[in-house]
Amino acid sequence: MNDTILADELGPRGRRRVFIGSIIASILVLAVIAIAIKRFNDNGQFAEEKWRPLTQWSVLKFYLGGLGNTLKAAGAAMVIALIVGGLVALARLARTAPVRWLATLYVEFFRGMALYLLILFCWLGLPRLGVRLDVYWYLVIGLSVYNSAILAEVFRAGILSLDRGQSDAASALGMRYWQAMGLVIVPQAVRRMLPAIISQLVTLLKDTSLGVLIFYEELLRRARLSAEFFHNPVMSVALVAIFYITVNYALSVFATRLEARQRRRYKAGSIKVTGLEQLAVVGAQAESSIT
Amino acid sequence: MDVVFDNLDLFLRGIRTTVSLTLTSYVVAFVIGMVVASFRVSPVPPLRLVGSFYVNTVRNTPLAVLMVLFFFALPDVGILYSAYISAIIVLSAYTGSFIAETIRAGINSVAKGQAEAARALGLTYPQVLRIVILPQALRAVIAPLGSIFIALIKNSALANLISVTELSGTAERLINDTAQPIPLFIAAALAYLVLTIPSGILLGRIERRFAIKR
Repeated sequence: MNDTILADELGPRGRRRVFIGSIIASILVLAVIAIAIKRFNDNGQFAEEKWRPLTQWSVLKFYLGGLGNTLKAAGAAMVIALIVGGLVALARLARTAPVRWLATLYVEFFRGMALYLLILFCWLGLPRLGVRLDVYWYLVIGLSVYNSAILAEVFRAGILSLDRGQSDAASALGMRYWQAMGLVIVPQAVRRMLPAIISQLVTLLKDTSLGVLIFYEELLRRARLSAEFFHNPVMSVALVAIFYITVNYALSVFATRLEARQRRRYKAGSIKVTGLEQLAVVGAQAESSIT
Repeated sequence: MDVVFDNLDLFLRGIRTTVSLTLTSYVVAFVIGMVVASFRVSPVPPLRLVGSFYVNTVRNTPLAVLMVLFFFALPDVGILYSAYISAIIVLSAYTGSFIAETIRAGINSVAKGQAEAARALGLTYPQVLRIVILPQALRAVIAPLGSIFIALIKNSALANLISVTELSGTAERLINDTAQPIPLFIAAALAYLVLTIPSGILLGRIERRFAIKR
């Protein structure tokens, strides 16, 4: 189904053109697939010993272990980032100016840098500062700090997107600041932010693969180890890619559905964020004052 | 702080690599994004299928996995490029999938009457897209395209995974050599801010100049 507005009901000539176009496009696609298969075949990628390891239980167990490590790091980082992000968002909206400044500094500093650099620092820097931990924690700390800065922006945008009347009404009812936050503002904001939070968590799950850089044995690292052993990098890394694509695609579909449902239900719609790449927009919308 | 100033030339070289990776990849990604977005709104079903397959696979794969796949696995099937070119190809392909989705959102935001009017004037489908729809669509999505650019500045750090030493990689090497993580880390982080904050301001200007409010 074409959901765009670019073509109305086609006439006979238009239909014929689309039909011819479809045939040409299909032939081109098949040609690309054929070339890929030929390449694979010419380079001996269909040889049995390249694929057999992936059917052996011991190898699969190695991958599943990597998967477990990936999920363990992603899960811990998600929980920590959500908590810290929430606190930082509240601090950015606090009434005491120095608290606001500190929180702003935190967000701008960590949101603006490459996650790669942050994880690297945890791994190379923290031990020299006397903080010796398992590599697992270096990855989790790096992911948590970076994502908490981003989630703080999401939370803040969500809170600011609520009508001012909500907090006015709450104080008119005699609620204190924290009561109004806890009972009126945050529950509504969270509902609006949910799709944005989910897509940020998808990004976080993808970013867990940066563990490969500090030799944390997550999925990608284990795939590389296994690829070195069996000389089958194409299959090993493709397996990891397929895992990520399946999980993230499912989560993205979920987030989109959720967003559509909310738009139907609450009219106002959720705040507009899709994935990390568009997060700066939220920040920009939330505070046109920063630039 | 001495360790930073002593190695200022290395830092500047790292920043230059980050900038050149980012700019080149963004241009290529933009072309990819335009093509894929027009595939996705095309009346030809196989093209739509190719477009959505591309977006859904590439966007949902971690950049690190794409880097490793391209540089360490694809040589096995005879696809072999230098590390720098590989980094640009992977960054462009990844960023292109995000740009494609953004442009598609922009196309969908253009009022229906625009395409109808253009067709009533006798423009063909490619003309409608090129002359009427895309210029309006792009102006509607300047802000998200800008944040994709800023994300690319940061994402280009992953080129280090395939041994292209840019800003983060320079910091990594210097930390390993000098064992002074704090000043080097802060210098590299500030360098990123020096790149991202002015980009943000510039993009804000462009947006105010060109964007259409709906």
